[in-house]
Amino acid sequence: MKHHATDAHTLAAAYALGALDPGERAHFGAHLQACEACREEAAEFEATAARLAAAVSQPPAASAKAQVMATIDGVRQLPPRVPTSASALSLGDILRRRAAPFALAAGLAAASLGGVAVWRAQIEQNLKAQARQVQQQLDTISAVLAAPDARTAHGRAANGALTTVVSSDRQNKAVFSAANLPAPGAGKTYQLWLAQGATMRPAGLIDHDGTVILTGNPDAAGAVGLTLEPAGGSAEPTTDPLLLMALPA
Amino acid sequence: MDAPPPDGRPRPSLRLLTTAGAGQVNQPVPINTGRPSDDHGGSGLTDLMQKVAHGDKEAFSDLYDALAPMVFGIVVKVVRDRAQSEEVSQEVMIDLWRQAARYRPEAGSVTTWAATIAHRRAVDRVRSAQASAHREHAQAAREHTIAFDEVAEQVETRLDSEQVRRCMRGLTEVQRQAVTLAYYQGLTYREVAEALRTPLPTIKTRMRDGLIRLRDCMGVTT
Repeated sequence: MKHHATDAHTLAAAYALGALDPGERAHFGAHLQACEACREEAAEFEATAARLAAAVSQPPAASAKAQVMATIDGVRQLPPRVPTSASALSLGDILRRRAAPFALAAGLAAASLGGVAVWRAQIEQNLKAQARQVQQQLDTISAVLAAPDARTAHGRAANGALTTVVSSDRQNKAVFSAANLPAPGAGKTYQLWLAQGATMRPAGLIDHDGTVILTGNPDAAGAVGLTLEPAGGSAEPTTDPLLLMALPA
Repeated sequence: MDAPPPDGRPRPSLRLLTTAGAGQVNQPVPINTGRPSDDHGGSGLTDLMQKVAHGDKEAFSDLYDALAPMVFGIVVKVVRDRAQSEEVSQEVMIDLWRQAARYRPEAGSVTTWAATIAHRRAVDRVRSAQASAHREHAQAAREHTIAFDEVAEQVETRLDSEQVRRCMRGLTEVQRQAVTLAYYQGLTYREVAEALRTPLPTIKTRMRDGLIRLRDCMGVTT
């Protein structure tokens, strides 16, 4: 659907008043990026709405501040980005726009949530639990990517998938990212392995492009393997590896 | 074109109430109210935000003091339940900490940024709670309409928002309804249209015309 100018201008007010549903809000947000005049008007309307908010100010409970101050000790601050919208950010927005190397993290969000649109629908049901879970995964992945001892290896699987492993001894974690991964087929999944000598230990499943945190201790492993397995995974590989990547030393 | 109020009785005109008994809404507003130019003291908040973006917790403590009353005020206005509002407000404040580095002064004032985030979180909370019971939601929307006068009166009673009060009086009643039901009650414009039994385009126009009048009356620029 394409807004012509009149529609868009009419929606700027509803947008600033928070009166659009999530789909319309996202749609109009995208429109704003392409329309400077609309952006200016929406910004003025938002500033106007903020006066309405200030007009109903009342102090929260005194105990609330101590709780917030205690909580932020454990809350990682997001890095700056080059934004295209003045509006408030949702986690989905952040993930979509986050620049490399956080593209890996964006991949995770897409993979685990099936895309922002679905996420926006699910938000209705379980905003907090989901956001927390994604944030935890994102934090883990970000911690690995940002670790001073992070090492990266790239590979290409036999089926053409492009793969990246980033591991950090300090974090004792590794993440695996795949692009161009062909669909595994009905009743099948891709399984990751950590190779320790001749032993292959299950390290998680991945069935479409994205990023996963490898389960198990990468420290002791020499390589990461990828095989095609029956859905649900196997205790040990049942097919020839599509990929065996040495972990960077 | 305008349908009568759903309850069938004529809507009393808005009036300025005495402040007696309205103590709980007459709290000091620390920032950005009643002034024709946006963000009086705003550069102070912008500086604070920069420090917060670098992980400065003392700066965040000051930012909290400056913004928490506005955040809690608008959240409780929309969410209504006090316990839930406390929770949502804390989430908003934590979000301001988390996203501090993403605040862009050129896109708007700190106050506007915080108000936008707070209002969005509040309506998300209300709508997710109501999504599973849409019919009740529609009923609630109608009840909101009935409660509208009370809401408008509360707005009007604020001593410290002389400008907002004056500018709200400058709207037509139908504009004020549309703006208030959306912003203070957290209704979508579809719900506003349903509650007022008014066609969607009319509602959108009223919201737009109302905001333009408020903007011009308040002298908002960005």
